[in-house]
Amino acid sequence: MSEHVWIAGGEVICGIGMDLAACLEAFEKMQPGMGAMQHLRSVHANTFPVVEVKADNDTLAAMAGMPAHWSRTALLSMIAARGAWESTGLGAVANYRVGLVSANTVGGMDKTEQFMEAFLHDAAGGRLREVVHHECGSITELVADALGIRHHVSTISTACSSGANALMYGARMIRSGMLDVVIAGGTDSLTRFTLNGFNTLMILDQQKCRPFDDTRTGLNLGEGAGYVVLVSDRLAEKVQPWCKLSGFANANDAYHQTASSPDGTGNSMAMRGALDMAGLQPADVDYINLHGTGTQNNDSSEGLAIMRLFEPTYPPVSSTKSFTGHTLGASGGIEAVFAAYALQQGIIYPNAQFTTPMKELPFTPATAFSRGNALRHVMSNSFGFGGNCSSLVFSK
Amino acid sequence: MKAFIQGTGSISAQDSNVFPATIRAYEGNRLPVADPDYKQWIDIKQIRRMGRVIKMGVGASHISLQDAGLTQPDAIIMGTAYGCLADTGVFLNKLVTQREDMLTPTAFIQSTHNTVGGQIALMLGCHAYNNTFVHGAFSLENALQDGLLLLRENPSHQVLAGAVDEITDYSHSILSRFGLYKQAATGALLQSGTPGTMAGEGAAFFVLAGERNERSQAELTGVEMLYKPASPEETAAQLRSFLQRHGLQPADVDLLVTGRNGDAKGDAYYNTVENSLFAGRPVAAFKHFCGEYPTAAAFGMWMVVKALQAQQVAGEAMVKGRAPAQLKRVLIWNHQHTTHHSFILLSAC
Repeated sequence: MSEHVWIAGGEVICGIGMDLAACLEAFEKMQPGMGAMQHLRSVHANTFPVVEVKADNDTLAAMAGMPAHWSRTALLSMIAARGAWESTGLGAVANYRVGLVSANTVGGMDKTEQFMEAFLHDAAGGRLREVVHHECGSITELVADALGIRHHVSTISTACSSGANALMYGARMIRSGMLDVVIAGGTDSLTRFTLNGFNTLMILDQQKCRPFDDTRTGLNLGEGAGYVVLVSDRLAEKVQPWCKLSGFANANDAYHQTASSPDGTGNSMAMRGALDMAGLQPADVDYINLHGTGTQNNDSSEGLAIMRLFEPTYPPVSSTKSFTGHTLGASGGIEAVFAAYALQQGIIYPNAQFTTPMKELPFTPATAFSRGNALRHVMSNSFGFGGNCSSLVFSK
Repeated sequence: MKAFIQGTGSISAQDSNVFPATIRAYEGNRLPVADPDYKQWIDIKQIRRMGRVIKMGVGASHISLQDAGLTQPDAIIMGTAYGCLADTGVFLNKLVTQREDMLTPTAFIQSTHNTVGGQIALMLGCHAYNNTFVHGAFSLENALQDGLLLLRENPSHQVLAGAVDEITDYSHSILSRFGLYKQAATGALLQSGTPGTMAGEGAAFFVLAGERNERSQAELTGVEMLYKPASPEETAAQLRSFLQRHGLQPADVDLLVTGRNGDAKGDAYYNTVENSLFAGRPVAAFKHFCGEYPTAAAFGMWMVVKALQAQQVAGEAMVKGRAPAQLKRVLIWNHQHTTHHSFILLSAC
């Protein structure tokens, strides 16, 4: 049993940096990661900018200590999960009851796509090693095995809120006393499957995405992985934790399979539920890391839900997706690392590409990087397909 | 952590209305779901667009809610290893053959792993906690464990938890190339003594409550997962300590229900542990009714809840000993490829 759940550390790899320090530099220098595809092979390469991790699979494999023919999703996951563990100074995994709760949305789809080209031509064609890690859970196990984690291994897939739900599940296992430590977050690499899927929904921007901007026309897809290390009260005494995960909630919008309800019903419920668990009022929140994908529908729903919940005073808000793109199953994990680190360091991240306030909202996102803010509580939102909405609250 | 099972629903290769009095037999290398009339639960306009796995999941969840007399659960938790394979296959096929051109959104929308959980919420107008686990043969078990954690946090709640997986022609063709399946007959599958099994699919859901009442059908006493044990000895030790944590010895288990599937190597593993822990005890199985798939334990659990209610086990389910006359405690032990083990302990109410 543990009363509180602490963030003992975290790490990120994404399109603006190979680690958290590099990401911070990109935020500070206002350098979003969008660009033309270098690694993903698609006929849409010249149409849609993406936010790729700036390394090929051979490089990532060498960093991860894994074979280069494994899914890029596993390579990214390994680099961030191992980095997160090492950031805590906890030492050997074997000394604790450790769990890995990882989220992803399409498993080893990057390899399955290659397989299908041969398989559709001839059912005996295609190399089986390209589909052996197709399942989402298989990606998590490759990383768990490499890190020597055996006490608990699980995978969550609730579209864009997956990573946040991984933190929630991990936190609840620690609270119940089942585990001492959980590496929780998510991973996803760019695939043609998701790129083309989002294209059919006509929500990909051909320019750099503009979250919470009146001129926004869609999202940019990104890739990466992000994990925090959650620990119990007992272990928190042995390390220097960044902060507490003080509140979280998961609600369903129950409106449409892919679209958000216009008034952000599920968004409101998730944010309010997370504040309730943390015992906080909206006015206690000092910064919100928005879901903020940059689609018309998402930002409007989230914005109106924030307006209703927080009026008349709004905390600084920003969408780091304006730098990283939407990393899908990884986003909840990556943004949890950003949010928890922001709280510890007093950082507010800028919202890039912002020019024009949304007509329906009384607030606008922060546009400048700042340090030295007195932050007590930070909220991170992740809302997605299937109506899945999750909010996390981090506290000093 | 324990819960009370208030309702169950299953869509499988068996006809849930008559099983186990009447058991459907199959020959070949796969057991298809006996599709019920989905119009009972789903609007006919939606049915045409809806993937099979979604229909199975929605159908089984409706049956279990009806069985529990519940209209709005306080949480919806899904497990699925493969997710929505048919729609994934359709979208992948078009992506490759049409060279990423002229694609339509329906298959992509329905391909995401949380589609079933999202659809259940949408059809019920349910804003409650909603989660989807996608971890192979731990998918159902995590859904159950998440449900148990939620009920510990809110004992007055009722949670809808279950699992679904489908076979498609693509998946069957690819999984067959891994040498997983063989031609067999369900009636003789467990005695085949050769490598391989028969593929299956299905959905089963459970309404779990933190508090017992007159509708309680059985008790979910405990769930545990064991990942990659080094040996059958380690599995036996973990199984023993799992029982001990619930105040039980192996001899206190009235019936052991195993995930035997006719694969000689996998079944021998069950034998080894049974000989050390459950010598002389009755042992049953369920995959010769539903086929092998990563969330098949959901069917096994459904079968056991029914057996606990009826206080009767079908003779066809037995692989060792005789069906016990009285059923108080039943342990389901399932493993996939000897690497993923789960223990689900159920008790009569």
